[in-house]
Amino acid sequence: MFDNLDFDVIRRSLPYLFFDGMTFTLMLTALAALGGLVFGTLIALMRLSSYKLLGRIAGLYVDFMRSLPLVLVIFWFYFLVPYIGQWLTGAPRPIRVGAFTSTLVTFIMFEAAYFSEIMRAGIQSISKGQPQAASALGLTYSQSMRYIVLPQAFRNMLPVLLTQTIVLFQDTSLVYVLSIPDFLGAASKVAQRDGRLVEMYLFAAAVYFAISCLASYGVRRLQARIAIVR
Amino acid sequence: MIEISHVNKWYGPNFQVLKDCTTRVAKGEVVVVCGPSGSGKSTLIKCVNALEPFQEGQIILDGIKVNDPRTDLPKLRARVGMVFQHFELFPHLRIIENLCLAQEKVLGRSHDEAVARGEKLLERVGLTAHASKYPAELSGGQQQRVAIARALAMDPIAMLFDEPTSALDPEMISEVLDVMVDLAHEGMTMMVVTHEMGFASKVAHRVIFMDRGEIVEDALKTEFFGSPRSERAQQFLSKILSH
Repeated sequence: MFDNLDFDVIRRSLPYLFFDGMTFTLMLTALAALGGLVFGTLIALMRLSSYKLLGRIAGLYVDFMRSLPLVLVIFWFYFLVPYIGQWLTGAPRPIRVGAFTSTLVTFIMFEAAYFSEIMRAGIQSISKGQPQAASALGLTYSQSMRYIVLPQAFRNMLPVLLTQTIVLFQDTSLVYVLSIPDFLGAASKVAQRDGRLVEMYLFAAAVYFAISCLASYGVRRLQARIAIVR
Repeated sequence: MIEISHVNKWYGPNFQVLKDCTTRVAKGEVVVVCGPSGSGKSTLIKCVNALEPFQEGQIILDGIKVNDPRTDLPKLRARVGMVFQHFELFPHLRIIENLCLAQEKVLGRSHDEAVARGEKLLERVGLTAHASKYPAELSGGQQQRVAIARALAMDPIAMLFDEPTSALDPEMISEVLDVMVDLAHEGMTMMVVTHEMGFASKVAHRVIFMDRGEIVEDALKTEFFGSPRSERAQQFLSKILSH
């Protein structure tokens, strides 16, 4: 059945697939993970705060984000953001937002919900004595978080955070609903143009598989090293 | 130096952990707090630097009211050293970094100043060689001595010890107590929650005995060990001194 397959189409489109597609995918993954971690940590701190209202708001946000399919959020956000921007700035027309910005904001918002749960578990894994010792030395709440609690929480949770980032890497392929040329989008464009669907989708799957496997292996190695250090 | 008057504390509406506790620690005085577990000793000592809030009464530390909402608590806490049962060294920081962090971030000392002060205190507790190790590489006794050095690095006006030797193996207790005895002889104001009656009889000026959240006995060392007034203190003493 492989007689009439033309794998040369892959070789011909490699520069486009990797320089355009993969660059977009990796950039989106890295920035979304970074933003998700920053906002996720803030949300985790809100959830653990002694102000009940802050905790409730953060809890609602996390539940809301986790109850929606990512693909719908991407879709809706892309079409809604221009109008939200218009409403916020009072501009006469919907604000033009680039595809990259729109998807990045969506992924950061979405990932923040997941990262916040990981960081919350990480913060809770630190014994209460640690922030107490920090306070006893005169450190303020924010200093105690910044120098004592968060570094330890982050280190304890690093393997989980990286695993979630691998999931995120795969999830970025969902931006195809917006016809954005990420790696999968680029592969799909070539596939449609040259009528080589099987070849291109097989290749795309193999690339996602290889990268995710390699990254998972790296995380396992790291996990073993952290376990020895402690 | 430390004045505790009529402190009441509840956990929830029904469980009272501290009942009308009143006592004081004068400058240069060493006061040992003892009593059965669950008697509120640790809670009381944590109220002194407001690690634990309390609902009624007041504590005055060097002229500053601890439970006044206007009090700058971090600033106040920086002036009182505290040593915990489980050491609470920061595991992700090297020993010398454990000693320097608060000096730099709270007192605003330069890194070089902080390191110099830290090294001096490490020398004092006999751990100079371990400066660049991580806490997990040290024994319990060594970790607790680092914790004492860390507190002393802030040049505190008083030191609070919350069961500093109860988590240690027996052979490590004396190395920690030796450091504490030296401190006491130097005239450091100390409030020490401990069951080490040897330490109490050696350096304490006064002994406080607590039971079920109350200060049952607050007496000079000689009176306390000679003839405790309350029956509960007598029972407690006979139990821990009999073996």
